[in-house]
Amino acid sequence: MAGKITLSDLNKTLSEMNVQSLEGVKIEGDIEIEIDAGAGGVGPLFAYYFGQEAAKIAMQLMSFAKAVGYPVDALMQPVAVAQAVSPAPAGLVAAAAAAEPAFKVAAALASAKFAVGTDKTWKLPIQEVTIGATKADGGSRGKVMKLGGEKAMAFFPDAPMPNAPKITMDVFDMPIGMAKAVKVHYEDVMGSPPEWAKKSVSKFGADLITVHLISTDPLVKDTPPQEAVKVVEDVLQAVDVPICIGGSGNPEKDPILLAKAAEVCQGERVLIASANLNMDWEKIGRACKDNGQVCLSWTQLEINSQKELNRKLMKVVGMPRESIVMDPTTAALAYGLDFAYTNMERIRLGAMKGDDELTFPMSSGTTNAWGVREAWMVRSPNKQDSDWGDRMLRGPIWEILTGFTLAMAGVDIFMMMHPLAVAYVHEITQSLMGIIDAKTPDTANWIKMGV
Amino acid sequence: MKESSPLNLYKQLPKTNCKECGEQTCMAFAAGLIDRTKKIEDCPPLLKETKYAKKLGALRSIVAPELKMIYVGTGEKQLKVGGEDIMYRHQMTFFNKPPFAYDVSDTMEEAKLVERVKKITDWKKFYIGNWERVEMIAVRSVTDDPAKFAACVKNVMENSDYPLILCSFNPAVLKAGLEVAAKTRPLIYAATQDNWKEVAQLAHDYNVPVTLSVPFDLDGLKSMVATFAGMGLTDLVLDPGTAPNGKLLQQSLLNFINLRRAAVEEAQRDICYPVMALPINAWMTTDDPVRAAYWESVLTAAFVIRGGAIMVKHSTEAYSMMPDMHLRFNIYTDPRKPVQVKAGLYKVGTPGPESPVFVTTNFALTYYTVESDIASNDIDAYIIAINTDGIGVQASVAGGQLNATKIKDAMGETGFDWKGQKYAGLVLPGMAARFSGELEDLFAGQTKIMVGPEDSGRIPGWMKDFWPPK
Ligand code: B12
Ligand code: SF4
Repeated sequence: MAGKITLSDLNKTLSEMNVQSLEGVKIEGDIEIEIDAGAGGVGPLFAYYFGQEAAKIAMQLMSFAKAVGYPVDALMQPVAVAQAVSPAPAGLVAAAAAAEPAFKVAAALASAKFAVGTDKTWKLPIQEVTIGATKADGGSRGKVMKLGGEKAMAFFPDAPMPNAPKITMDVFDMPIGMAKAVKVHYEDVMGSPPEWAKKSVSKFGADLITVHLISTDPLVKDTPPQEAVKVVEDVLQAVDVPICIGGSGNPEKDPILLAKAAEVCQGERVLIASANLNMDWEKIGRACKDNGQVCLSWTQLEINSQKELNRKLMKVVGMPRESIVMDPTTAALAYGLDFAYTNMERIRLGAMKGDDELTFPMSSGTTNAWGVREAWMVRSPNKQDSDWGDRMLRGPIWEILTGFTLAMAGVDIFMMMHPLAVAYVHEITQSLMGIIDAKTPDTANWIKMGV
Repeated sequence: MKESSPLNLYKQLPKTNCKECGEQTCMAFAAGLIDRTKKIEDCPPLLKETKYAKKLGALRSIVAPELKMIYVGTGEKQLKVGGEDIMYRHQMTFFNKPPFAYDVSDTMEEAKLVERVKKITDWKKFYIGNWERVEMIAVRSVTDDPAKFAACVKNVMENSDYPLILCSFNPAVLKAGLEVAAKTRPLIYAATQDNWKEVAQLAHDYNVPVTLSVPFDLDGLKSMVATFAGMGLTDLVLDPGTAPNGKLLQQSLLNFINLRRAAVEEAQRDICYPVMALPINAWMTTDDPVRAAYWESVLTAAFVIRGGAIMVKHSTEAYSMMPDMHLRFNIYTDPRKPVQVKAGLYKVGTPGPESPVFVTTNFALTYYTVESDIASNDIDAYIIAINTDGIGVQASVAGGQLNATKIKDAMGETGFDWKGQKYAGLVLPGMAARFSGELEDLFAGQTKIMVGPEDSGRIPGWMKDFWPPK
């Protein structure tokens, strides 16, 4: 019994039944409602009160209300509506409660198309920055690395990523303490930065090398800048990838050291790590600018300081935009990754939405992961914890997830240490860019797989 | 909820400012609804008085999350899946961390099965005042035999009260599982383009939420949703496919992002259902268990960050479970809440005159780490949490928020009676060793200043050597 009624018919029917009006519903114009006898049935109570015809109309009305978002289910159980009108025979009430509206499986699959837009609020691209210079450009590198250039959030559908995230591996100018899982890979080269650099490039696949001149710290060896930078020259000889140069973190000495490093590496377009608001950033910035180096602008998990330092480097020092990379600080997995992730994601979104003080590639000190006790401790100090398992396998994942999470927030270059971590961060970021071919198994088989 | 003006919610409230919700005014309550710190159920008059029924209805549809929330399981262990309103966590917060379901299969021999179920159920790790745990168990039918599957489900239920995902593409198998488990409201996996009629009937008959699986075809997935919603089945989870590698992996992530975008940024009501990720698929790419577990962790991270609402996983090795759990915790931490504890003096266990006083900071991570290291080793002690603006010990020593004067003043404010202590000893974190001399002077003999280990995990060993002080 399929048929068509109009809303005016409906109103007529309702008024014949002494239902004055539908409270709060104003009907404008006339709409045709299809009545399909097959549509969900109604309880016997409903039938009792309103008769078959009206019940069907009511069901249609409810579906209509549901379609426009009214929470019909919660409010208008047929039984409840009917009961509210006047009490019904007890037997019938019980029967109604038992009788569910008949369920009918659809005859065929519906056919729908999925469509979604892109984010129109993203206006500015991220600055592309080149690190390293070949002979043709006045340097001596075999290859250069390009960072940045994104027009969308990392790995988003809106625009392809022009450059894959890069990994620079740490080399120190003196032996240092390391977690055991890391140390086993470097014991043989710890005394020789050039060998260390070579191993990192040829064996572990480093895109760049970072030379940390930590022996310059007055509390460590107080190596004079003049002497310290010789290690940099040795590393430049040993490998042909671009390099970064890091200080000891001492705010008095770093500006002198890094300025010297910028000078001796003239033409190589190294990344100088780093200028910070609590030291003489101007001196470091100027040395970078005068010698054609790239400056790492480092602030502590605070978007406004990051804007301030970038602004100062551009306005006060006059750094060209293509010579700035920023490090908004990496707090590792379980030690504040939530701050680091969100800070970076906000910086990247802010940049793309038009804040040109933030449109720079980002760097992450991913090795912070090894400071987290879950990454290196043999077992949990908390007796109620489940066993922590093998730390030699636990540590690398700590570094992988710290890095990869920040890759999702938009980081372009990672400072890393564990060879496995380097390999996995490379593999997952490049997979998500669609540039790694692999035979994908039939995912429907997962239920029956034999592990 | 797309609504961002409290005024529009206020219109639907009783406007009596009766304060029963704990807020001073209905307007304040409306603001609480916007940032989801309050629920409609917190306003008793609105619920109880029939004259507000219409407002209640209107309000319910306004505050409904953009991404539909469905319930799996029953009772205390019931889980909320989906229910998100935003794309990026700083826009407010993510609310319902994706439950991790670890798998078992109906081919496992009984002893192994029970062992694994127990391991999954008992696994826990302390972190910032909470126990991180697994939430679900996914039972896979490898045999395709309804009787074997039912027996396995029964066995799992006898050894765990965790909600289940029943996994098979065979409706007869699912039905057998539901016969055993339906009362606990499991999620069934999955309706496909082949079996959807039978599975829809099961979802209806047993009144359980159902996963719709149409891998790598969002048109097909949306058609399936339309079909199910048309039948009145709206407790849905979507499986858009999780490819573990290659170019299809990129496609998988893009699909997740697009689905989330459609739901929360474009308010497409016809596709706004929680999405399932299958990091377990990593195990189909390699025979090397370490490689598989590592890759599974990486896939987990990708989908935790970009919109996975529920996940099936396999590796129960600590080296992958711990980082995965922490990552999920970090991403689902509410960025609107400070991660600090109240500064002041705390008691661990039942400290008395023979107990030490440990100094630490009010950074929640630091405080809870220290507290749990002490408490779980049954040490009775006092802890003084110094207000460092929520910075940890090492960073606040470097940044100056933790210093000798502050420690002295903070102890003074507590009115702690050193004279009542048998051994007056204040223990500094090893990282704050450099204050010990200065602090000794400030306390002028009132208490002995001791330097503890660098990591609070070593306090139990330190106690053996240094407490009571000689
Ligand atoms: C996150 C972080 C930050 C965050 C702080 C967030 C926060 N809420 O704390 C921010 C970005 C703000 C920050 C800033 C700075 N940081 Co910072 N930061 C870190 C990082 C990555 C993790 C710190 C952390 O959360 N640790 C976890 C907590 C639980 O550790 P904890 O509080 O120290 O507690 C442990 C122990 O101290 C001990 N313990 C605690 N209480 C007690 C009590 C007793 C009785 C005992 C016995 C033991 C004990 O056990 C705890 C568990 O292991 C570390 C590097 C690392 N270690 O990984 C650097 C680090 C701490 N920062 C450092 C520095 C220098 C700074 C800055 C000065 C600038 C800079 N150069 O980065 C500023 C200072 C800012 C300020 N204070 O205002 C240095 C400190 C160097 C040093 N040894 O002095 C570190 C080690 C990094 C480095 N290698 O350069 N930092
Ligand atoms: S309980 Fe409800 S009516 Fe009373 S003040 Fe709160 S919001 Fe207003």
